[in-house]
Amino acid sequence: MANSILDLFASSPIRPMQDHMAKVHECASELKNFFKATIEGNWEQADQLKTRIRELENEADDLKHDLRMHLPKGLFLPVARTDLLALLSKQDKIANIARDISGLVFGRKMQFPAGVNEDLMGLIQRSIDASAQAFKAINELDELLATGFRGREASLVEEMIDQLDMIENDTDDLQRELLFKIFEQENELPPVQVMFMYKVVQQIGDLADSAQSVGSRLEMMIAR
Amino acid sequence: MDFILQNADTFIWIAVAFGFLMAFGVGANDVANAMGTSVGAKALTLKQAIFVAAIFEFAGAYLAGGQVTQTIRKGIIDSAYFEGTPELLIFGMMAALLAAGVWLVLASKFGWPVSTTHSIIGAIVGFAAVGVSVDAVSWGKVGSIVGSWVVTPFIAGAIAFLIVMSVQKLILNRSNPFAMAKRYVPFYMFLTGFVMALVTIMKGLKHIFQDHDINLSMTETYLIAIGFGALIAVIGALVISRIKVEEEADKDYHFYSVEKVFTVLMIVTACGMAFAHGSNDVANAIGPLAAIVSVIQNGGDIGAKAVVDPRILLVGAIGIVIGLIVLGSRVMATIGQKITHLTPSRGFAAELAAASTVIIASGAGLPISTTQTLVGAVLGVGMARGIAALNLGVVRNILVSWVVTLPAGAILSVIFFFIFKALFSF
Repeated sequence: MANSILDLFASSPIRPMQDHMAKVHECASELKNFFKATIEGNWEQADQLKTRIRELENEADDLKHDLRMHLPKGLFLPVARTDLLALLSKQDKIANIARDISGLVFGRKMQFPAGVNEDLMGLIQRSIDASAQAFKAINELDELLATGFRGREASLVEEMIDQLDMIENDTDDLQRELLFKIFEQENELPPVQVMFMYKVVQQIGDLADSAQSVGSRLEMMIAR
Repeated sequence: MDFILQNADTFIWIAVAFGFLMAFGVGANDVANAMGTSVGAKALTLKQAIFVAAIFEFAGAYLAGGQVTQTIRKGIIDSAYFEGTPELLIFGMMAALLAAGVWLVLASKFGWPVSTTHSIIGAIVGFAAVGVSVDAVSWGKVGSIVGSWVVTPFIAGAIAFLIVMSVQKLILNRSNPFAMAKRYVPFYMFLTGFVMALVTIMKGLKHIFQDHDINLSMTETYLIAIGFGALIAVIGALVISRIKVEEEADKDYHFYSVEKVFTVLMIVTACGMAFAHGSNDVANAIGPLAAIVSVIQNGGDIGAKAVVDPRILLVGAIGIVIGLIVLGSRVMATIGQKITHLTPSRGFAAELAAASTVIIASGAGLPISTTQTLVGAVLGVGMARGIAALNLGVVRNILVSWVVTLPAGAILSVIFFFIFKALFSF
């Protein structure tokens, strides 16, 4: 028997948004071990981790499709539906970049010159930090809903987003230093490989940028 | 008419049976809407909900149901028009009961959400306007009733909106929401108790007071209502004071402990909702019954002034309770698994807004749709950005099925009216 008033309540997109971000962050976090393995030259383990990242990215994709299907046009949401969908795309992009990075590095069996490994790991860690910070902010979505996207909770999330911006700034600095270090020795390295090194470093920076845009999207939701 | 008076008992018992069945239907169908939000928000288990609903539906129907019953009994039709032919009124009211009942059964078979209020009003207007004469309907009164259907959801929505905003301002947006919840939640409990008591004393118990020569001044009425509200608030505060912060659960969701405080409040507003539902919807079942009984008991005199016989209210109250116990529990069980997205801090706002609107309408003798009012309240909460997602398509379906219900009830009632007239008029 159809029950009028209860059909009124559609399933909440908040929890699925958070689940998606959790999956995305897990995916990005695997990059750390992946790069560790490549630096050690342990390609077997790197292969496993690359596969793992790909799986996580697929799972995130499934969550994304599922969520989109549950956001039909006739819904009345506390935030604009388009904002929510845009936020979802931004979240998803983090996982996509993580997958691309691992695919490229593994496919070309890339190894960075020993002198830059520490900086490389530092940059990766900071980019993952950015993703972690975005995840933390997204985790506040349900609390934001409870407070009507206003007041204390909103300022709390804005603080988190400020921190996220700071982390992203860090990655910019780290990225610049790393690029310079590669540049210093690029004449001694095989040119094609160097090109791809630049590309991978660029992508690691993009990961942090994507995490930052998750924060920006969230900020726009609160600001409305 | 002589034939009816000779068989007065038979006719009364048939009417009682119809009225009882209708009340049964009201209890089975509508109570799920009244109580569903509490079950969905997990403030009450299914068994608790049935228990609470049984007590407060009964109290609402019996204590505060008289005013709306009066309206349905003689407000919609122009009694002057039936002066010479009281039997037409009796046939008509029986037809209306039967029509509304049949329509409700049909609608729930097809899964359409219908309003019992709309079907009974449609049925009464139908038999009077088509079966008797267009002039037999008090169109002014009908107009104000239909107007109230439009206005009440908006009022409930506005109240719900304000309540949610106040909760956010007073409690959720503070640095110590748990302590603030403990401080302010009893105040909302007070409001619930106050409105319930006020309408009951002013309207529902009026005739009882008259019988016993009790005369309450306005101040006394308000004082008693305030006292009752305060009593509820104190009991609530005692229960709340035993709730402890659960730090582990709060880590995942910061308002977990706060919501536990609101759960207690939601139990109180659920009582208010059941009371409101009983007070307004019992009339749908027994308004026509009251009309029939009154005409027969007064030997065909329609104009006779009499309050609704408390025994008739009792029939309705018992019918609703049995209906909700027998069938309502099944309907509500499906709800329990359905909505979990409505947190107690929102659910209570919707319930309190809807309940106070309905109770006040009951006091004013306006037969409104409880479900419609609750939908308005829920949308009000949504407007305050308080609900994760609402299906607006469902609102449209509800509106359509309610609009369809009016002519459907009317047509069925006209058909039954002519059948009764043909059967018994000789």
